[in-house]
Amino acid sequence: MSAELFLFWLMGAVTVASAVMVISAKNPVHSVLFLILCFFNAAGLFVLIGAEFLAMVLVVVYVGAVAVLFMFVVMMLDINFVRLREGFIEYLPVGALVGLVLLAELVLVAGTWAMREPTTPAAPALAEAVDNTRALGRLLYTEHFLVFQIAGLVLLVAIVGAIALTLRERVGVKRQDVARQVHRRPSETLVLERVEPGKGV
Amino acid sequence: MGVIPLGHYLTLAATLFTIGVFGIFLNRKNVIVILMSVELILLAVNINFVAFSVALGDLAGQVFAMFILTVAAAEAAIGLAIVVVYFRNRGSIEVEDINLMRG
Repeated sequence: MSAELFLFWLMGAVTVASAVMVISAKNPVHSVLFLILCFFNAAGLFVLIGAEFLAMVLVVVYVGAVAVLFMFVVMMLDINFVRLREGFIEYLPVGALVGLVLLAELVLVAGTWAMREPTTPAAPALAEAVDNTRALGRLLYTEHFLVFQIAGLVLLVAIVGAIALTLRERVGVKRQDVARQVHRRPSETLVLERVEPGKGV
Repeated sequence: MGVIPLGHYLTLAATLFTIGVFGIFLNRKNVIVILMSVELILLAVNINFVAFSVALGDLAGQVFAMFILTVAAAEAAIGLAIVVVYFRNRGSIEVEDINLMRG
């Protein structure tokens, strides 16, 4: 067994095992941690196959952003996780049945497919050797530029949506309002009283 | 492709996909774990994309895997925001309690 194949089996086994732990861990915090482990190993698999840039993106985006977001939400919400586990056993048989059927189908497809010989000749190799990141960048900024921009728009909509959903105007909080401060006039707030000596206001 | 056959990666992705679907069935009450299962499913799709991209020598697959990553990140952000708002309003994130719209 070559080193690559050994690494593939190692990281693939850890990926699958941690994925199983994600869905079966009692505590959602552990689920998130196993999700991070799963993503790290998937990134290793990507490096192994030669997609270094995607591996780094996977680590940065998933481990650095998404998993931390999950962790944040899990820890911020005060949830009774025991109640959420009720019915776990109840759903197990039907879930296992569906999962096994799906897995059998997918493995059958993966095991018996045959690729048609490409009718068009493969793209000519570039003159100079290009690493994965550079090649991906060339493709992304030329051929797929529109889709790239749309992906940016999707992220912008996600930002606006997430903020609009969770922003809460609290009542009874004293907050600085610059516009109100600027538009204040002395006549609105200042009253000159002539106070008689010996009397209060 | 190197020394690792394409079938290995496809089988691994199929297994991950199945685990994700199984997770949705198993954790019918916990929205957060359901979201994590969706992330697993998207990861499986990404592995498929990358494996085929390398096997066919066409980088478009990796470009698409990047877009899937983008959409998955946006989906996680929006989904978790909805979960937070829902918890703030109802004090629970059980899927069975989500019946305000009588669906």
